[in-house]
Amino acid sequence: MTRFIDLTLNGISTGAVYAAVALALVLTWRATRIVNFAQGGMLMITTFIASSVISTSGSYWLGFAVALVCGLVLGAVVERALMRRVESGAPLNAVIVALGLLILLQALAGMIWGNTPRSFPPAFSIRGYDVGGTHVLFAPNDTFTVLVVIGVAAGLAALFRGTTIGLKMRAAAFQPEVARMLGVRVGRMFTLGWALAALVGSLAGLLVAPAVFVGPNQFDPILIFGFTAAVLGGLDSPVGAVVGGVALGLVLSYVSGYEGASLVTLAALVILIAVLMIRPGGLFSSTQERRV
Amino acid sequence: MNTVLARIQGSHNTLARSLGLVVFAGAVLFIASEALGAYNELQLANGAYYFAVLAGLTVLTGLSGQISLGHGALMAVGAYTVALLIGNEQWPLVPALLAAVALTTLVGIAVGAAATRLRGPYLAGATLAFAIGLPALADKYTGTFGGENGLVVNPPTPPSWLGANFPLERWEAWIAGLGALVVLFVMNNLVRSGVGRSFRAVRDDEIAASLCGLRVARVQTLAFVLSAACAGLGGGLLTVVLQLASPGAFQLELSLSLLTAIVLGGLGSLLGAVWGAAVLVLLPSWTNDIAHSFSLSTGVSANMPLAIYGLVLITAMLVWPSGIQGGVRAVVSRVGKRRGPRAKGAAP
Repeated sequence: MTRFIDLTLNGISTGAVYAAVALALVLTWRATRIVNFAQGGMLMITTFIASSVISTSGSYWLGFAVALVCGLVLGAVVERALMRRVESGAPLNAVIVALGLLILLQALAGMIWGNTPRSFPPAFSIRGYDVGGTHVLFAPNDTFTVLVVIGVAAGLAALFRGTTIGLKMRAAAFQPEVARMLGVRVGRMFTLGWALAALVGSLAGLLVAPAVFVGPNQFDPILIFGFTAAVLGGLDSPVGAVVGGVALGLVLSYVSGYEGASLVTLAALVILIAVLMIRPGGLFSSTQERRV
Repeated sequence: MNTVLARIQGSHNTLARSLGLVVFAGAVLFIASEALGAYNELQLANGAYYFAVLAGLTVLTGLSGQISLGHGALMAVGAYTVALLIGNEQWPLVPALLAAVALTTLVGIAVGAAATRLRGPYLAGATLAFAIGLPALADKYTGTFGGENGLVVNPPTPPSWLGANFPLERWEAWIAGLGALVVLFVMNNLVRSGVGRSFRAVRDDEIAASLCGLRVARVQTLAFVLSAACAGLGGGLLTVVLQLASPGAFQLELSLSLLTAIVLGGLGSLLGAVWGAAVLVLLPSWTNDIAHSFSLSTGVSANMPLAIYGLVLITAMLVWPSGIQGGVRAVVSRVGKRRGPRAKGAAP
């Protein structure tokens, strides 16, 4: 029973990270109808930058802030320089460009920082809380992770529902032509969407790095889990992404705990296929049809 | 040489044309393997199994319009099948390769049936998960699959009638080359047959295709299964050539470099697959040479091919989506126009 509780707690904190990656993917999907497979590479780069800043300056929070700013800039640059040119073309072209960016970033990281994974410091203690004499598998750092992700989700909800700029972003995403006629700078809204997405992605990288280490390929599974979580939630819904992330985190934690860690990615694949077969619009779809 | 190709291309019978093409390619391979040294023979063998995989993948993506990032994992299925059958069960080579094709076909049916219901980014994501998830099984079942170290098999022995001094590398190049020729023959026939046309019809307009009586899902599954079978054969040949099947060879990079190769060669073109296979074989050794002559660190040189693949994927999609073969075709048709209408039939 303690094991079950431990796995549940662990599932919630890892699920929070998957939710953050899923949020990043949902933001780019909403903005430009592109699944950003390069997100795994982009958050890897910003986490490497954080790692370098932390080891030279000695300050965790400086590295944290630098990574977030880099994420914001990187997202905007990628949208303006690359994705703008394939947004209107065949969906396959955008997928291929994103994958090209993913390998390019992984290769660059390998050239600059080497291919051997390195450790990354957590924000707070990773020693589990003491409950009745035993340490549970939930530490102050996990509390931080969960709170940050809840904060990000709430902030995004407030942005989209409560501000003019959020309304403009939604208009640009759902009816670009009408939005343009009404005076919304649609291109800018796309860039802003990508920048915000990359910011959330870089945050996810910082949160998960202490557990998976920093290396060019260390975040590949995180990208898959984030994608699965986003599809669980329907790719269009930020709330769905968060719920999907936590649900996936729980399931994968049980799979890992009872069946072995090497089956986790295949389990995610099975969940992904099952969801796409049974409810192609995700578990929280408001629309019935998926765009084909 | 050009007249031979022109005559082959000009022939109206698809079967005869494919046979002619295969005989021509076989002759080129044979002469090349006689002329080359051991190292280049090995490169030829590597190129041959890459071609087997790329031919299937380029038909899948270019003709039927489905993307797959899971073909590296499908190669792993074929490679491990051959390694287990030859290494543990002492099967002869040809039945082991056939079994690899059969098993990968079955996996392809399972994955393909799921894949036909997915589109664009969904399909890419699902096959990406497949590519990352499958190699982990080698860790889970270490007893069977040998864990990180993989499975080692004995090299194939050249038959005695070839002489005692027949080089092993040349024999491997012949085996892999024969496999590639089989794939070339089947695919070249298929592309020009009714099946190939149904692939294109489904790619261009699913609704129109189904109005014409095509079963869209079945056509897409068939395309996926065919390309999976090619990947299985390619993987099996990889084990024969490298004498090793290990999870390190089938990471995500493999699937992404396969995608790069078909994009670079030109989607849907079998000759493009030849270009792609050549790039996959030659680029790592070229970058190694360049890195060596500029005395770059190993971290830089080891990642150089990947960086180039990434750049190629991005620039090809932004600037030059028809690939090397598209460029060659444009040049050929321009030259053909200048030479007058007679040569027009020569341009594919």
